[in-house]
Amino acid sequence: MSRLPVKKTYKLYIGGEFPRSESGRTFEAEGANVARGSRKDIRDAVRAARAAFPKWAALTAYNRGQVVYRIAEMLESRRSEFADLSTGVKEVDRSIDRLVWYAGWADKLPQILGSSNPVAGPYFNFTVPEPTGVVGILAPDEPPLAGLVSRVAPAIVGGNTTVVVASETHPLAAVELAEVLATSDVPGGVVNLLTGQRDELAPWLAGHMDVNALDLAGADGQSKELEELAAENVKRVVRGAADDQSPWEIASFLELKTVWHPIGV
Amino acid sequence: MAKAPVLAGFELPLEPRLPRIGSVDAVAVEERAATLAKRSIKREAKLFALDLAVRMIDLTTLEGSDTPGKVSGLSSKAIRPDPADLTVPSVAAVCVYPNLVPTAVERTRGTSVKVASVATAFPSGQAPTPVKVAEVRDVVEMGADEVDMVIDRGAFLSGRYAKVYDEIVQVKEAAGDAHVKVILETGELGTYDNVRRASLLAIAGGADFIKTSTGKLPSSATLPVTLVMLEAIRDVYEETGRRVGMKAAGGIRQAKQAVQYLVQLHETLGPEWLTPDLYRLGASTLLNDVLMQIRKEKTGRYQSPDYFTVD
Amino acid sequence: MGGGWGVANPPEAVMTELDRKQDRAPVPAAWDYAPAPEARDLVELRDRYGLFVGGDWLEPSDVYTTIDPSSEEALAEVGQASPKEVGLAVKAARGAFDNGWSAIAPSERAKYLFRIARILQERSREFAVLESLNGGKPIRESRDVDLPLAAAHFFYYAGWADKLEYAFPNRKPRPIGVAGQIVPWNFPLLMLAWKIAPALAAGNTVVLKPAETTPLSALLFADVLRQAELPPGVVNIVTGDGRTGAALVKHDDIDKIAFTGSTEVGKSIQRELAGTGKKLTLELGGKAANVIFDDAALDQAVEGIVNGIYFNQGHVCCAGSRLLVQESIYEPLIGKLKRRLETLRVGDPLDKNTDVGAINSRQQLEKITELVASGEEEGAEIYQPPCRLPEKGYWFAPTVFTNVAQSYRIAQEEIFGPVLSVLTFRTPDEAVEKANNTPYGLSAGVWTEKGSRILAMAQKLRAGVIWANTYNRFDPASPFGGYRESGFGREGGRHGLEPYLEFD
Repeated sequence: MSRLPVKKTYKLYIGGEFPRSESGRTFEAEGANVARGSRKDIRDAVRAARAAFPKWAALTAYNRGQVVYRIAEMLESRRSEFADLSTGVKEVDRSIDRLVWYAGWADKLPQILGSSNPVAGPYFNFTVPEPTGVVGILAPDEPPLAGLVSRVAPAIVGGNTTVVVASETHPLAAVELAEVLATSDVPGGVVNLLTGQRDELAPWLAGHMDVNALDLAGADGQSKELEELAAENVKRVVRGAADDQSPWEIASFLELKTVWHPIGV
Repeated sequence: MAKAPVLAGFELPLEPRLPRIGSVDAVAVEERAATLAKRSIKREAKLFALDLAVRMIDLTTLEGSDTPGKVSGLSSKAIRPDPADLTVPSVAAVCVYPNLVPTAVERTRGTSVKVASVATAFPSGQAPTPVKVAEVRDVVEMGADEVDMVIDRGAFLSGRYAKVYDEIVQVKEAAGDAHVKVILETGELGTYDNVRRASLLAIAGGADFIKTSTGKLPSSATLPVTLVMLEAIRDVYEETGRRVGMKAAGGIRQAKQAVQYLVQLHETLGPEWLTPDLYRLGASTLLNDVLMQIRKEKTGRYQSPDYFTVD
Repeated sequence: MGGGWGVANPPEAVMTELDRKQDRAPVPAAWDYAPAPEARDLVELRDRYGLFVGGDWLEPSDVYTTIDPSSEEALAEVGQASPKEVGLAVKAARGAFDNGWSAIAPSERAKYLFRIARILQERSREFAVLESLNGGKPIRESRDVDLPLAAAHFFYYAGWADKLEYAFPNRKPRPIGVAGQIVPWNFPLLMLAWKIAPALAAGNTVVLKPAETTPLSALLFADVLRQAELPPGVVNIVTGDGRTGAALVKHDDIDKIAFTGSTEVGKSIQRELAGTGKKLTLELGGKAANVIFDDAALDQAVEGIVNGIYFNQGHVCCAGSRLLVQESIYEPLIGKLKRRLETLRVGDPLDKNTDVGAINSRQQLEKITELVASGEEEGAEIYQPPCRLPEKGYWFAPTVFTNVAQSYRIAQEEIFGPVLSVLTFRTPDEAVEKANNTPYGLSAGVWTEKGSRILAMAQKLRAGVIWANTYNRFDPASPFGGYRESGFGREGGRHGLEPYLEFD
């Protein structure tokens, strides 16, 4: 007798928890019913991201690096599951190694981006990078896992919190990644993952007044409209690379602050 | 005690007459408090601390819904905290609102437990001075041994230090023989520098004790804050020989915390200060946790709250 | 009060009014904390350790016994590596370098280092106990400072391994080859981490010699390497005394030497390497000035002074061993300092309440004793809080000298013990002059609430590390190293990679 498997219910990931969409809707993708997020879910996710931001940003860089490294640890232990949800084991390995790569930047990027500036006067002047706040991300469709990881990792390593609209064609990898995040010591609200119809959700994210930056990696045709909406509160708009890694990807979500102080007895 | 000075013209600021007011480095003070909290106190040393903690508790109820019935129960608990272990001593005092003072006095008569009353428009202090001072007279007349007053934080934070000082002096006068604890409400003061300033100001005004909090705010006593206050007390003692007491109140719920506060006291001021005459813990739920720990030390078993009486 | 083992005559018990009312017996006025020992059996010691060469244990030709300095109890036998055995280690390191380590993808190198960091975190308590047992430092320090920092160093440098081109843009960094590393006995495991982490991150292989008196944590570290599955020969550990170190320094096939230790030995190494073309970094001694201005947050400054000289029994190259106090607050500050010393608990390193542990060796104890005697002879005034020191083991009470002149030996020579020399100054310029009046230049401390003064002092003090309103703070991201006779080269931060790389 063959055994009947227990099927998973695919939910959203908001504030460290797994709610269904407040709209009660689902859509079918990759052979499953997946939660279809609504604008109110976006609203809740931004609220959760904002609430989580101060503490995440205030963690030492070392601490943040360790948390991101732990995401890699958890992803590694679920390697074969994710192989089935993406293009295969190579993509999963690339995603794990990318997380490790980004984890290592947390306590180093300020040493590259920041500086002490030799101004012409008796002042100590230094520049430090700081996270911008809540980052809205449209995850790319390809590659299914590595694309998502490549956009989320640089944003959170720098101390930002995120609201991610997952790929519409490959949502299952996103939901499983949410499970990985939930077991990785990532505080609730630092990454919020919504599945649903990108066309429907993206404008609400792009126009939200409490979102500080927008990553259009998965925008795909809608860009102009979204960039116009982003202008309402002068969001930093970034078109991230779908499957690449670079410290400048982290830097695109950082602000630079310069401080002066006199030198004298 | 000094009379309230009338600031006539340009007066010498408090500083040369007091230990230097100075500043407090927040990072360093938090580190020092954290290091002291790491002391590992076991066995006889722990029992000593727990017993002392009980003797230092001001068992408190400060609710709008307090009744004579509630305060009667509290007083019994204060006198005999653990009916199953009569070697556990009484607490130092019960602490109640003015209307409940008569009940508390009645129920603690003939025992070593004192009656402390809050006064001066507790907890906000936002009332005219004469009203606040009259309240102090009333509670003392009703039999309170101790008065816990609040400073006017509005005046302090807007820089009207003389007003804060004057009120303390007047309260001290109105309290007569009753001893006065001055609540700084450290959670509202914003910086450790302000905690130190308020401590020195209160002591200058005549405080017998300085106290951290009303317990009505989410943030109350913390180890760094009490360390700052103890350092102010130490400076006064070094300079003048006068011993001012300290009460840590609000947010102390576990025996483990109580022991940490005592370690801090021990290593900052010395063993002569380990007495209820100079240190109090303002608490309500703390008592049962201390009793549970005492029983655990004596029997070797972790305890359940079911075996300890509620108020 | 007084030291951890109680004072000779405890003060009389005090009867309070409440006691009388409650008809209780007086409670003793002294509060002795009961012993709170960390579990020693967390560490499994072997009777005898070999040399860790090529990923395996080599039976040594000669051994010596390493002890617990707090009791003089023998702990284990360890190898006294001969020049021949050192040669085998270098050969293993060279083989590992040529046959793979430098060619492994940098991101894979990184992952080995991340593994090492995580394993150290997991086995942190075990290592902390061993460090205190073999070295004499309080368990609270090894548990809360040495171990977390050691793990953090590996974690930090792991992240650089595959990012070197960003650390040195346009310079094409490449590993140098085989590094010989000699570490001291004051922070055995932490100094090992400071050396090995950047070396491996940069793609080099290593032969490390721990200090003669503290070999055990390095030998246990070999087990971490086994668990991390580090390829054999990448890290080799040879134990022994100065002769082993000399053999390593002299070896032809070493590309670079990194040494942390006394200035005297550092100079002899520098002489030895002259003309050889081998790279060298030195982290040597210091005689740091801790400068307290009259507007300092006084109680916190006292904590900083105490931390500066009594942390790790003063066995710290960057210890704040000279206190420079502004004369206007001399009395209150010294009063507070002396009273604070009375609360220092000197005792069993494995007791969680101990603040000051044992002196690392008989040799060091003799040196400290001699210098302290010279201080008294030259006319300084000595103060030591009362503490009962045990019969066995190496102990020295925390000490403060006042009325010290700049010319006294205790103000010039590094004591490397819990001994503070106090001098005064009147103006910032005078403070700078006195602070800089030393051939050393490792570190300095400044205490003032005035920001501009901090920056001005930082500018003028000739030292590689300047602590303002804090002391003895370390972080893998923060470069550490000295000016002048305190050595050259930096460890920590992006700069800490440089000594381990070659550039086109």
